Amino acid sequence: MKDSNKISGSEITDPAVYFNRRNFIRTGLLAASAVATGLVCRRLNPAATGTVDTPAIQGLTTPATNATRTAEAGDSGFRATDAETSLQYITHYNNFYEFSTDKEEVASAAAHFETQGWQVSVGGLVGKPRVFDLDDLLKISPPEERVYRMRCVEGWSVVVPWAGFSLSKLLTVAGPLAAANYVAFETLLDPKRMPGQRSRVLDWPYVEGLRLDEAMHPLTLLASGLYGRELPPQDGAPIRLVVPWKYGFKGIKSIVKINLVASQPRTTWSDAAPNEYGFYANVNPHVDHPRWSQATEQRLGESGRRPTLMFNGYAEQVAHLYAGLDLRANF
Amino acid sequence: MKDSDLRFARGLVLVNGAVPAALLGWDAAHHQLGANPVNFAILTTGMSALVFLLLTLLVTPLRKISGWNWIIFSRRTLGLCAFFYAALHFLIFFFKDQQGSVSGTLTELVKRKYLMVGITGLLVMAPLAVTSTNAMIKRLGGRRWRALHRLAYVAALAGVVQYYMQVKKDVRQPLAFGAVLAVLLGYRLMVSWRSARPAPVAAVKR
Repeated sequence: MKDSNKISGSEITDPAVYFNRRNFIRTGLLAASAVATGLVCRRLNPAATGTVDTPAIQGLTTPATNATRTAEAGDSGFRATDAETSLQYITHYNNFYEFSTDKEEVASAAAHFETQGWQVSVGGLVGKPRVFDLDDLLKISPPEERVYRMRCVEGWSVVVPWAGFSLSKLLTVAGPLAAANYVAFETLLDPKRMPGQRSRVLDWPYVEGLRLDEAMHPLTLLASGLYGRELPPQDGAPIRLVVPWKYGFKGIKSIVKINLVASQPRTTWSDAAPNEYGFYANVNPHVDHPRWSQATEQRLGESGRRPTLMFNGYAEQVAHLYAGLDLRANF
Repeated sequence: MKDSDLRFARGLVLVNGAVPAALLGWDAAHHQLGANPVNFAILTTGMSALVFLLLTLLVTPLRKISGWNWIIFSRRTLGLCAFFYAALHFLIFFFKDQQGSVSGTLTELVKRKYLMVGITGLLVMAPLAVTSTNAMIKRLGGRRWRALHRLAYVAALAGVVQYYMQVKKDVRQPLAFGAVLAVLLGYRLMVSWRSARPAPVAAVKR
């Protein structure tokens, strides 16, 4: 009895081994927990990188092949002289809630978006309503490269070499009736292909609108590409609107419907928060967002903020459209 | 718990607390902060501050419910991590977003209400960090020290509210943080309400 509790000397673990095991466990704990913490951090806040491999756009009119156009373009605003933002940034920092509300997750969430057989319906108050196959729509006018500044309402900006043609070309083909005063646009509604539409974060489908004179302005672009390639899904494939003097959210993506209408159409963001986002949404450094200043912007790829320009620097081309309009009330 | 175990446990918390900062530093050095690095850094540090604040507030309820008294060792380290990230969050905003401009920062503070909320959170955390040492606890006395450190609730509230106000539309994440905070504060309210119930009787006696 007495001896059974006694541990013989040979059974006691050698202190060296004991402390080694202890250190081993501690090191393991440290490493494992640090890795786990690191994974949680990455999950909470991922930074995106990736490649873009959409096909090149054929027959694109670029400055290299058309020098005269460049010379005259100083006044048109078609070719901003700002340094172009890298393709990487333009394609991995996107507001496209149909795929994700995280700007850096849109590219991966949209990677397999299928645009085969895409059609765009053009109708409403027009002489010739028509449902276009995308290829037919793109044949209306040869694609031009337009270098535009884009200012997001959130306070960041990019410079994008788009490929496309003026929306006015399409509208002219459709033939607006005298009663048409506005153009209403609609994005695809398909929660299977656009998983973000399964959440109620916005009232789907995304809709946008322009006054007819804004829509007919030569700067207003129907874009099907950027950097000489077809649009990658995250930037609004296969066809989107670009209105460079307005905040980015006016540039509706993945368009399926364009209707000419008599009265001002509803628009998604002003529906969601009418006091924060207006129908006009012209870039204006003097009219702040209720929650933040619009005086400056973070140009992606630059260090520090730069001043925001009236009408995003396109005042010369578009200010006349708003003569007599109170821009503070009509923000 | 043995002293060496305690030291190790503190080190473990500290090492994990340093992980977000280490990742941020690594990514910054390798230009992997994405398209808007300053924004990314501000967001990561803010989120880390909030997570560590909530973890700090989790220690006491967890200890009372589970009876694991020893976990109290982690509270100070977690709280200091929260303050470290909140301070870093502000410094990156000040030096990188506002380029160290005092007037620019003040203008932004006035214009953006959520920045006011955020700066309130940071300011109330500063005295907590300063009085986090054993010597300060002794100097203040336990009762006063505990009263002062209830400011941690204000800091956490400010953090969640600022996050909510700053988000454009998708408020799911700030609401999730808010729900966790509500549980942590709700537990404390419940405990104090329970212990306060006999109070009227005591008042009558007096």
